[in-house]
Amino acid sequence: MIYWKAFLIGGLICVFGQILIDKTKLTPARILVLFVCIGCILGGLDIYPKLVEFAGSGARVPLTGFGNLLAQGVKDEVDAMGAIGILTGGMKAAAGGLTIAIVSAFLMALVAKPKQK
Amino acid sequence: MQTNEQAQKSYAQLVKKVSPNSPILKNCILAFFSGGAICTLGEVLFQFFQNKGFAEDTAALLVSGCLIVLSAVLTALGIYGKLGKHCGAGTEVPITGFANSVVSPAIEYKNAGLVLGMAAKMFVIAGPVIVYGILSSIVVGVVYYFLGG
Repeated sequence: MIYWKAFLIGGLICVFGQILIDKTKLTPARILVLFVCIGCILGGLDIYPKLVEFAGSGARVPLTGFGNLLAQGVKDEVDAMGAIGILTGGMKAAAGGLTIAIVSAFLMALVAKPKQK
Repeated sequence: MQTNEQAQKSYAQLVKKVSPNSPILKNCILAFFSGGAICTLGEVLFQFFQNKGFAEDTAALLVSGCLIVLSAVLTALGIYGKLGKHCGAGTEVPITGFANSVVSPAIEYKNAGLVLGMAAKMFVIAGPVIVYGILSSIVVGVVYYFLGG
């Protein structure tokens, strides 16, 4: 059951992105920026965590889930450290994913050949 | 550069007008199924890691890690780019698309040097995402700090 929910919600979030690509002049980069900001704000309002509860990875895997992760990270850090958490929470929450992305990009760039266009 | 972009845009609009049936529906269906499939794969991995006894946060990070590495390998093999041409937002919006946006320029620009080529271009798309993501998280943090949870 959770798999179907993940499929449905994850698919719908991507359709939302596709409609933005087709109907507006927004480039994919801007859409990714927009999605992270939307996810972060909805995370701050405690709306996105409910979607995660419902759809699991369907809400976590799209980039809005990354935004939500930042929001939850900031909140946890403010709870634990006070005001300084405003500055450290976001980066701490993003640390794991970003580091994996950087390391894998570095390794792939070492082994893969650029394709001529 | 600018005129070239404008020419491309007007050409895209022309194509849109002349095309007999709207491609939007087809694009949306492809985005729905490809995006949904990636998220379902994420959920399969998530359940697997939870059954192994990892806490929710750790399991979520491991899922992201697996998807990022998978996307990086598929990008290096040139497969993710081909998928992206058909799936559009379905492969761009999930975390795998974010990983692709980091890995792909890193590979393409490695001949321009390891510092200003590969390392700098790695963040062509990821950089703005991080900048605005962190700025939004600060807004959330400030509001949360002063208004409480």
